[in-house]
Amino acid sequence: MVTNITNLGRSGLSDWLIQRVSAVVLALYALFVVVYLLFHPNLDYATWSGLFAQTWMRIFSLLAFISMAAHAWVGLWTVSTDYLKHTGVRFGFQAIVILAIFVFLVWGVQVLWGA
Amino acid sequence: MASSAGLGRIGTALATVIQLLKTTALNGHDPFGLRECLRAVNSKRPVNLDLSTIHFPLPALTSIAHRITGVILFVGLIFGFWALDASLSSPEGFESVRDALAHNVLVKLIAWGLLSALGFHFVAGIKHLLMDTGYGVDLEGGNRKAQITVVISAVLVVLAGVWVW
Repeated sequence: MVTNITNLGRSGLSDWLIQRVSAVVLALYALFVVVYLLFHPNLDYATWSGLFAQTWMRIFSLLAFISMAAHAWVGLWTVSTDYLKHTGVRFGFQAIVILAIFVFLVWGVQVLWGA
Repeated sequence: MASSAGLGRIGTALATVIQLLKTTALNGHDPFGLRECLRAVNSKRPVNLDLSTIHFPLPALTSIAHRITGVILFVGLIFGFWALDASLSSPEGFESVRDALAHNVLVKLIAWGLLSALGFHFVAGIKHLLMDTGYGVDLEGGNRKAQITVVISAVLVVLAGVWVW
């Protein structure tokens, strides 16, 4: 069996499941945000910040951000292992990706709970 | 030493016979059907190097587009988080995002591009989930679902453009 040390779940099957579950969360979140914006064409700051002040919206958003982190890692890991054959280049790419994901996560938490 | 020299002579003799057969076959006398054989072996077997006739099947194109839009969306997260951060930071920040989306052509183009990438990635992702349930996992079904993916995505791309403008 090929064992990978850079993929998220350490097993293809685990990655496969993580990618599906996170995809469903992200699809629901994207759908919710798009529909919300479509139904509020004259959105103002009070309504918008009021939405993100709600606990359920913060939980939903954080869940989406964590799903994004997992989904992006599994996806970009797959893409990088398929196209970047040089170990050093691939490792460098993956390092940048994981750093970017970490920054997005911290940024997201900061946006949700205020600086 | 001696035996290898002998083998060498046999090899040379064999090569001469083969060459003779080839020559006679090509010159008309071909009792063994050698000419046909030679034509098959020596013909330009990797014939189809005409790149204009080689193309990916549609499911392959939607698959690679799914990957490309995924990478685009990841890079686009910078804009998404920036907009979310600014719009929630203060009423002024909210207005600046709203104003940029309403008037700045570059911002509109980025928003349209990201919404289009999201639309395609979303639809192709649903297709993936459908295939995981075992629905339409055959050549015909694969082609049809790829076509449906392209059509629905194209509609979403247009709708996203209408929304942004």
